[in-house]
Amino acid sequence: MIRVLALLLALAGPAFGAVGDPALQLPDAAQEERARGIGRELRCLVCQNQSIEDSDADLARDLRRIVREQVSAGRSDAEVVGFVHRRYGDFVLLRPRFSAATALLWATPAVALLAGGLRRRAPRRRPAASAASVPGALTEAERARLARLEGGAGGDRAA
Amino acid sequence: MIPELGHFALALALALSCAQAAFGLVGPWRGMPRLMAATPPLAAGALLATAVAFGCLMWSFGVNDTSVQNVAQNSHSAKPMLYKLTATWGSHEGSMVLWVLILALCGGAVAGFGRDLPSALKARVLAVLGLVGVGFFAFILGTSNPFDRLWPPPPDGQGLNPVLQDPGLAFHPPLLYLGYVGCAVTFAFAVAALIEGRVDAAWGRWVRPWALAAWSFLTLGIALGSWWAYYELGWGGYWFWDPVENASLLPWLAGCALLHSAVVVEKREALKTWTVFLALLAFGLSLLGTFLVRSGVLNSVHSFASDPTRGVFILALLMLYVGGGFALFAWRAAAMTPAGVFAPLSREGGLVLNNLLLCSIAAVVLAGTLYPMFADLLLGQKISVGPPFFNTALLPLAVPLIGAMAVGAVLPWKRARLFPALQRLWWAALGGFAALLLCLALEGARIGPALGFAAGVWVVLGALADVSDRLALFSRPRAALARALALPRSAWGGAVAHAGMGVLILGLAGMGLATDRLALLKPGESAELAGYTWRLDGLESAQGPNFTARRANVTVLDGGRPVVALAPEKRSFPVGRATTTEAAIHTTVLSDLYAVLGDERDGAAVLRLHHNPLAPWIWIGAAIMALGGALSLSDRRVRVAAPAPKAARGGEARA
Repeated sequence: MIRVLALLLALAGPAFGAVGDPALQLPDAAQEERARGIGRELRCLVCQNQSIEDSDADLARDLRRIVREQVSAGRSDAEVVGFVHRRYGDFVLLRPRFSAATALLWATPAVALLAGGLRRRAPRRRPAASAASVPGALTEAERARLARLEGGAGGDRAA
Repeated sequence: MIPELGHFALALALALSCAQAAFGLVGPWRGMPRLMAATPPLAAGALLATAVAFGCLMWSFGVNDTSVQNVAQNSHSAKPMLYKLTATWGSHEGSMVLWVLILALCGGAVAGFGRDLPSALKARVLAVLGLVGVGFFAFILGTSNPFDRLWPPPPDGQGLNPVLQDPGLAFHPPLLYLGYVGCAVTFAFAVAALIEGRVDAAWGRWVRPWALAAWSFLTLGIALGSWWAYYELGWGGYWFWDPVENASLLPWLAGCALLHSAVVVEKREALKTWTVFLALLAFGLSLLGTFLVRSGVLNSVHSFASDPTRGVFILALLMLYVGGGFALFAWRAAAMTPAGVFAPLSREGGLVLNNLLLCSIAAVVLAGTLYPMFADLLLGQKISVGPPFFNTALLPLAVPLIGAMAVGAVLPWKRARLFPALQRLWWAALGGFAALLLCLALEGARIGPALGFAAGVWVVLGALADVSDRLALFSRPRAALARALALPRSAWGGAVAHAGMGVLILGLAGMGLATDRLALLKPGESAELAGYTWRLDGLESAQGPNFTARRANVTVLDGGRPVVALAPEKRSFPVGRATTTEAAIHTTVLSDLYAVLGDERDGAAVLRLHHNPLAPWIWIGAAIMALGGALSLSDRRVRVAAPAPKAARGGEARA
């Protein structure tokens, strides 16, 4: 499957194996670290799913330079991201902003847990309820099976 | 002549699969034992025909027969023999032939080893596998024939992409496909069970080895791909949340949930519908992955040379199999009543939680992968969903999963009390807390990696606590060896796999502390990173079998004492005009020293240097997980297909 990637690698060619240019780095290590953190949130628009820190495309270089200019000018992380966002739109953000369009995306963890939880509750309650409230509903065969299952599992991992 | 033979063999395999599907469905339905008895030989025949087709394709690559279009496009006479042969599955067409070969192998294995399967169930399983085969053989013959001829033949091939000329990547697809196609077998069992309307402990026992095998191969395949990305792409990264990586992670997550819930079916006859659902889901996600990669609908580093016909064909197959499977599920699932009742706090309850969390993680990964496409199509908005999203959205699901992982394994079946379980784990918790404090003390306020170390230590010690508890290592140490030998291998396998996950988490946490720097060095100059001095000794050119390279010789010194010599390369391949970076990596199991060569100017070279603590643990952990799967597979009870008599069962009913 990744072989496929190879085909693309050939096309994307120089964008891969971005090694970077030390001359573009900020002299202040803390600022450079911040700039890289911001860069990892921003997408290289002409590449395939790469952040501007991972890409060697010209656009990614330009964006890296813009981010570093802004950081050295004393802007906060949010201001820098906002600056790039205003220029390039939602597509540049690797962490989509919460909005009407992305609400469902951000809600996925909660929705999935809730849906799964509700689904699990329903089938579990039914047999338990029927066994407890109407014991006469069990046939002889079912009773024997129940005894066998419970007896057979009696030696289970109690320890 | 040989390629035509291969083409014919593919058509023959299609015909045999049609017969296999028809006989296997009609036989049990009409109660015709002769039709049922014919399905295993048909499966064996389809396997033989597919193997011949694959062999013919490999032969064409081996002799570099450029009159075959596929060979001309993907191979070259200058390539080493190993890579000529692995180029067989290096293209879209060839990889599909590998896919059906593995499918046919699975069919042959069910036919050959499933002697203990009831003949009706076996016929139906083979019928479903046959149906899947029919679709994919038709896909290959209709849209991607690997044996198409080219006339006049070019003097030589265009070469396989050089990035693929690497042992890691040569064996990544077969492993991954073994995993994907293994999911087809659990799918076939699920569909057969839905047709029969019966899921019982015996069914769970037949399905689990397949789920285990598929999951183990997927684990290895994904790990190999990630390792390859780490050493070949030269970013020092190992996972990019790329759509195609996600496509392989999705069936892994579903398969992981499946093999846990199959345990519950086997031991307690509960969670039946859920297990069947997961078996359908795992294969559905495998096919979805295939579709996403082949159709080029996704914006991905991996995306394929896209072809709309192929995409539409696979989408149709996806709808047919998964839609059919789930329609059958909706119709028949109500027939499957659970027999085992259990309290929420019990081993079953723990496994339900595991399923819930793994499926939620899969849902998030799926949503994140497909959302940009749907947002574009339905809302007309172009958005990106990248690593920051996945890391943020998955954390709240991963934390309880890792926390519950150690607890669930020590809970008894049916009904449990939390306190005795936690009592067994107090030293694992203590160890995790100690790791947290230690990391904070040594590395400063890096809370993310510190929590990662705590989680990893908790999981590893939890697995140890589970094993030592089963062996009564502390209460009755003398009998421990005898107990160790008597403990079923599936119990060992589970503990080993959990410990492997812990090791993997430790590796991830270690990578959270990774440092790197860019340096522009002239020969003789050096840079400092992570307490080491990295000295560039010189730059040179080198000649490979089918490439030329620039190489930097770097010596890493620790306090003036040389530790290792690294030689990162930039290779350029004249055939295909591509360049690759070959990172130089020195690993002491505790950390990796990693160097990449960049541009050169004015006699100086740009080097990117990385220090990656515990990086190898990520892949070692994955290998340990797969080993756990293999241990569990080697359990005698898995191989003896029928459930053991009741008397023998009571004693070994532990998972």
